[in-house]
Amino acid sequence: MIITKTKSNLLDYVKKYNKIFVIGCGTCATKCQTGGEKEVEELVNKIKNMNKIAIGKVVESPCDLRVLKRDLMNYKNEINDAEVIVALCCGVGAQTISEFSNKEVIPGLDTLFIGMVERIGRFYEKCRACGNCILYETGGICPITNCPKRLLNGPCGGMRDRKCEVNDKDCTWVIIYERLKKYGREEDFKKIREAFDWSNISKSREFMR
Amino acid sequence: MRIFSNFMKKLYNGNFVFTSEIEPRKSVKIDYLINKANFLKKYVTACNVTDNPRANAYLSSIVASYIIQSHTGLETICHMTVRDRNRIALISDILGASVLGIKNILVITGDHTTMGDIPNAMPVYDIDSTQFIKMLRKMIDEGKDINENPIDGKIEIHIGAVGNPNANPIEVELYKVERKIKAGAEFIQTQIVFDIEKIKNFIDYLKPSPPFILIGIFPCKSYRIAENIEKKLPGVKIPNEYKDKLKKAEGNSEKIDEINIEYFSNLIKEIKKSTKASGIHIMTIEYERIIGKIINSL
Repeated sequence: MIITKTKSNLLDYVKKYNKIFVIGCGTCATKCQTGGEKEVEELVNKIKNMNKIAIGKVVESPCDLRVLKRDLMNYKNEINDAEVIVALCCGVGAQTISEFSNKEVIPGLDTLFIGMVERIGRFYEKCRACGNCILYETGGICPITNCPKRLLNGPCGGMRDRKCEVNDKDCTWVIIYERLKKYGREEDFKKIREAFDWSNISKSREFMR
Repeated sequence: MRIFSNFMKKLYNGNFVFTSEIEPRKSVKIDYLINKANFLKKYVTACNVTDNPRANAYLSSIVASYIIQSHTGLETICHMTVRDRNRIALISDILGASVLGIKNILVITGDHTTMGDIPNAMPVYDIDSTQFIKMLRKMIDEGKDINENPIDGKIEIHIGAVGNPNANPIEVELYKVERKIKAGAEFIQTQIVFDIEKIKNFIDYLKPSPPFILIGIFPCKSYRIAENIEKKLPGVKIPNEYKDKLKKAEGNSEKIDEINIEYFSNLIKEIKKSTKASGIHIMTIEYERIIGKIINSL
């Protein structure tokens, strides 16, 4: 899931506009409680309290151009009338809305990461979308995401009594070792893993099947 | 085996080798580098030159190594971390170090950027220390960079790596150091260690030499420094008896020197007698004078 949090200075951006359309997200931002029905309604009311015109609509998944078109079909005039759209969704959704509407878009949320939900309000980053998954080799733990140095042949010298030098979490490479040992794959831990090819993710990616 | 440095020559000849360390500063002055190196060269075969230690931005280790070698003749072991350079910059700096006559490189991951004095910097870690060692091996042995591009001329550098005999759990550390050796590290310098059993365990597993293992020691100038070291360095445990002696001798520098000479000459003698270590790497904080005293006491 894409984890988002509400932008703290959102209303500062809204100030100079009078007609505002708010689009929420029925998928990730709803689960994060940052862009669902309730949050869209709350924002619309806040904007109205600023003596401005505001309309809101939650789209099932604003990152999907087809869904966006389908869900906003009945709001064409309102969107045309609006001076600006506030996107209560991730950066992908906000850009899809911008492409779809040709309107100025204010991102209402900051996109944090691809994460696991433990419970509402507790999210953990688990994947950096590197495009070359090595989870099998590392016992189901991603070192690119979890190790602050992204080491493929860890641990580093900063590991102290199982702990990482950067945060107070357990060292990713100690956990990887323990997992592989449990699976009877200590030899895989001892292998040298080759340098990662960053060339694919150093420019914006496209995927056509 | 091709030998490029005096340090490596001594190791291959079976000499018990001493090295020490100089830390460049956030400064454009060079006097302190030259003064320290001139003092150290009376006692050690080579001195390590640190690369932005604790992620603080200081004078380049390559430049400092060059200054030390050209002004004093003391051979250097130039530290190079993968924290601040991608593979392009690493290759470029290895070529540069080579041109400047640097013969020993110590490959280091590097403390994380957030621990230093520029914590908002982007940490690079394009490749890790093991991959850097492999890349270096190829540059030296095959005259090619990591992507098979040919290098004009020969790179004559020995590759070192670091290891921590204090690590807990120790097996992950041993397997990692083993990987670095497999990748092509010729010598290992260890984190500071006080405990002979940990030293033996580390060396027994890695079955030197080669690769040559130099054990890191740290004579403490005061009780306060001993406490700080224990707090800050991963897994370092300083014996209470030694610390108590330092505490009692607080303010009496002669007595402190005596305590250090006694403790470390015994430790070094034991290392020489019962392990296959090839030497000692002595680190201090503003306490260089003890280095000669310890070495002379052996």
